[in-house]
Amino acid sequence: MTQACTDPVVLDQWHPLAWVGETVAGIVHETLLLDHRISYGVDACGALYVWHQTSALPDKAPFEPSSIATNLPVRHEHGYLWTCLGTPPERLFDVPEFEEVDRQNVYAGSFGVNVSTGRTVENFLDMGHFPFVHTGILGDEPHTEVKEYDVELSMERDEILATRCRFYQPQASLASVGGAEVEYIYRVPHINCALLYKSSPGYEAEGRMDVIYIFLQPMSREWTCAHTGMCVIDLDNSYQGIRYFQQVIFGQDKPILENQFPKQLPLDTRAETPIRADKSAIAYRRWLSGKGLRYGVTPAVA
Amino acid sequence: MNIDPNRWYPIASSSDLPLRHVFHGQLWGRELAVWRADDGFVNVWENRYLHRGVRLSIGLNEGRELRCIYHGWRYANRTAGCTYIPAHPADAPARTICNNTYSSVEAHGLVWSALDPLDPFEAPLGLADAQSFALRPVPVNAAPAVVVAHARDYLFSPDGIDAQDAQVSLISDDGTCIEMTASRGDLAATLLLFVQPVDAGRSILRGVLTQNPDAPMAVLRHHSQAMSALRDRIETIAQQQAAPAPLEVTFAPVDEELAKMPARAGSGPKAELRVRVARKREVALDVAEFQLEALTGQLPTFQPGAHIDVHLPNGLTRQYSLINAPGETDRYTIAVKRDAHSRGGSNCLHDDVHEGDVLATSAARNNFPLRRDALKTILIAGGIGITPMLAMAQTLRVQHLPFELHCFAQSQDHLGFEHILTGFGTAMTPHLGLRPDDTRARLQQILRRRGEAEHAYICGPGPMLEAARAIAAQQGWPDTSVHFEYFKNANTIDDTSSFEIALARSAITLQVPAGRTILEVLHENGIDAPSSCEQGACGTCLATVIEGEPDHQDVYLSQSERERGDRILTCVSRAKSGRLVLDI
Repeated sequence: MTQACTDPVVLDQWHPLAWVGETVAGIVHETLLLDHRISYGVDACGALYVWHQTSALPDKAPFEPSSIATNLPVRHEHGYLWTCLGTPPERLFDVPEFEEVDRQNVYAGSFGVNVSTGRTVENFLDMGHFPFVHTGILGDEPHTEVKEYDVELSMERDEILATRCRFYQPQASLASVGGAEVEYIYRVPHINCALLYKSSPGYEAEGRMDVIYIFLQPMSREWTCAHTGMCVIDLDNSYQGIRYFQQVIFGQDKPILENQFPKQLPLDTRAETPIRADKSAIAYRRWLSGKGLRYGVTPAVA
Repeated sequence: MNIDPNRWYPIASSSDLPLRHVFHGQLWGRELAVWRADDGFVNVWENRYLHRGVRLSIGLNEGRELRCIYHGWRYANRTAGCTYIPAHPADAPARTICNNTYSSVEAHGLVWSALDPLDPFEAPLGLADAQSFALRPVPVNAAPAVVVAHARDYLFSPDGIDAQDAQVSLISDDGTCIEMTASRGDLAATLLLFVQPVDAGRSILRGVLTQNPDAPMAVLRHHSQAMSALRDRIETIAQQQAAPAPLEVTFAPVDEELAKMPARAGSGPKAELRVRVARKREVALDVAEFQLEALTGQLPTFQPGAHIDVHLPNGLTRQYSLINAPGETDRYTIAVKRDAHSRGGSNCLHDDVHEGDVLATSAARNNFPLRRDALKTILIAGGIGITPMLAMAQTLRVQHLPFELHCFAQSQDHLGFEHILTGFGTAMTPHLGLRPDDTRARLQQILRRRGEAEHAYICGPGPMLEAARAIAAQQGWPDTSVHFEYFKNANTIDDTSSFEIALARSAITLQVPAGRTILEVLHENGIDAPSSCEQGACGTCLATVIEGEPDHQDVYLSQSERERGDRILTCVSRAKSGRLVLDI
C-alpha cells in the first residue's frame, strides 16, 4: 500500500496541476498529488481553487466556491495552476521568455507516465538517447557523440544549469530544414521542473532561443503527470502542428520511461553506472541528495 | 516454499527463443532477459541495463550482441560486457561495464537457471535429450508452494486419449519436481512436472515427457487441457487463502569502480588469465593463428582494436591484436607472423607453443578503439598489421556501416586469412607485391579526401605507416581522423636527461635519473601504473601532464596530441623541462 507523503522537501513545493487555458470553468476536476486526492476548479470570473477531495463535490459536478471547506494555496503562473500541500515557498522560478510578446506559448499536453518524476527529469536532460529513441528527428545514427558540456549548480538561484550542450539533429524543430548541430542549454530550477533552451531556426544571429519545458506533477511515487509545452518564436507553424511535434517526441520517451527499474530514482552513487555524458544527471541526483529528498527516490545509503 | 537460490529451475522453453528474440522471464521475483545468440548460446541476464535501469527485454538481439534500446550501448554474447558506448565513440569503454548474469543451461527443450547455483546443472534422472518432449507451459496464479502441493494430483493419459481409465501413480516428489507415470494396458508414459517459482503469488507448470509420443499433437492438446483444469482447481484454492507477501527484490549495487569515473589499472603488464591453445593453424604464409580458450570461467570482454599481452614460455611478453568478430566471446584469437629478426617472441610461438599448451595472458585492453560514428571508415593494413583491421572490418560489416579495407601484402599467400576476407566482398581490396613507390601512389589514391566525417585506421610496418600519415596530412586529413598503431617503436630512445616528476594525486615528488624511465621510477616507489609493451607503441601507460614540457619519444601519440603536450607515455618519454607534474 502506498503511504501518504510526509517528506517536507517535496510537500513544501509548488506543484503544477493543470493548464488553466484548457480547464473547463465552473465544474470540479479531480486529480492526485503526492498520493492525496485533490480537486480543483476555475470559477466564472477565472479565480482558481484547490481543495482536498470531498464527496460533497464530486468530479465534474458544478461547484460554488463558497461550498469549499478549506482552500489549499493556489498560484497561476506560466499558464498553469499550481498548489502546495505544505508550507508554500514565496516564489516560483522565473521564465522571462513567457512574457515576450512575439512568442507563442504552446501547451503540448499532459501525459500520465508510470515512473517517478526523477526518472522523467533525467530523461529530459539526456542527449545520448536522441539517435536511438527520437530517430530521424532529434538524432540520427551515426551522429551519436555527446560532446563535453558544462554543468553548474547555481547556489544563488538554487538551480542546475547545463551549458554548451551540442548535438547533431536531423530535424531539431518543426521549423528547421535539414540537419544541423544544435546548441542546448538546460535549466532545472525546481526538483520536478526542467526547461531547455535551443537555438531558434532563423533567430540564431539574435541569440534568441526556443524554450521547451516539462513541469511534473508527482501523483504518486511511481506515477507522474507530465505537463509539457514550449514557448517559441516560430510564427509560421500552427499551434496544432507544434503541439503534435512535441506529442510525438513525448510518445517516444514514454515507453522507455515505463520500462526503467527501479521506477524510483536511485540516489546512491553505486546504483547505476554513469558516463561523462551523464554529467547533468549526476549533478541532478547529487542536488536532490543534498536537499534530503526521500519521496520518489531511493535515498543514498549513508 | 522458501526461496532456494541454489536450485536450478526451468525458466523458459527452447521454443520461446526464436531467432533474434529477447524473452522476458522471471524467477523468484527477479526479472530475466533470456536471449539466444546466433552461435546458439543462451544468455540469461538480469533484466536491467546497469546504465539507466531500462529493461533488457525491450533491447535488440543483434545475434552477437544485445543493443540497449535507450542509448545504443552494446553488450557481448556470453560475457555481458559492454563493447561500445555511442555517446563516446572515440573511447573504448574504459571500465569493465557488465550486466548481471545468471547461469544458464539449455536441455530437454527447456532453459534452466538458478539465482546462485552451488553445483553445475544436473538433468533430472530419466531424462535423455533425444527422447525428452517438453509440454506447453501453463502459468498459474498461485504461490509456488500451493502449486506443488496440488500438482501431484495431476491426471493424464499415456497416449493423449481420455485420462479416465488411465492409472496414474506418483513416483517421487522433491518439492519442485514431481515424477509420475500414467499407464493403460501396455501403454505407459512418464512425466516430470516442474514448478517454476515466478514470484510470491505466481508459478508456471512445466512438464517434460521422458519419451517422444507417437502422436505429439494429440498428446500436447491433452496435456494443455488437463493442465488448464489443474490450474483452475489450484487457482480456486489459492483465492481462498490470504495473498502471500510480495517478494522484495533488491538490486545489487554496481562495483564501486563502476560507480566512479575510470580508475587506473594496477602495475606492469598483466598476466591475470590462464588460457589453453585450443587450435593452432597456418592462416597465411609464415602466419600462425592461435585460438585461446579460458581454462575456467569466461574471458573478459574485448572490442575491435584490442590487444592482449601474451607471456611466453621463454619468459618474454608480447602484444598481439585480437582478430575476433563481435560476439565471438568463447575465445581470444590472435595471429602471429614469424619474424626473420625475431628476438624470440614469434619464433617461440611458432615452434614451441602447441595445441593443448597453457599460456598466461592479460585481459583484452583497447588503446586503438574504433569509432562508429564515421560516415565512412578506411582501414589500411600492411602485412601482419591486418590483425586489428580484421576485428574492425568484421564489426563494421555486422553493423552495416560503410567501410573500405585495403590490404598491402607481398603476395596472395602472404595475405592469407581467406576464411575471413572473402566475407567482405568488394569492401576489401588487396594490393599485392608493390614496391615502396607504388605503395605510396596507391596510398595517395586511397587517402583521397572525399568528405567530412571520414576516419582512417592504419596498422603496418613503420615506413608504410609514416608514409600513410604524411600522405593523409598532405591531402587534408585532420590529425584527429587518422588513427594508427605501430608494431614497435623504432625510434632510438634518448634517456640521458634527468628531471623531477611531481605526482599531483599522490602528492609526492620523485627524481628520474638518466637511464631510468618514468614508469620504472613509479614502480620502484610502489605506485600502481599500468603498462604493456613498455616501448612506447601500445599506449597503455598513457598519463596526463598537468604542467611541464614532455619530451615525446613514443609512436603512439599523433602530432597534434604531441603538440598539446598534455599526455605522455611514461615508458619511454621524458621531460624537456626540469619538472613534470603528472595526474597520477
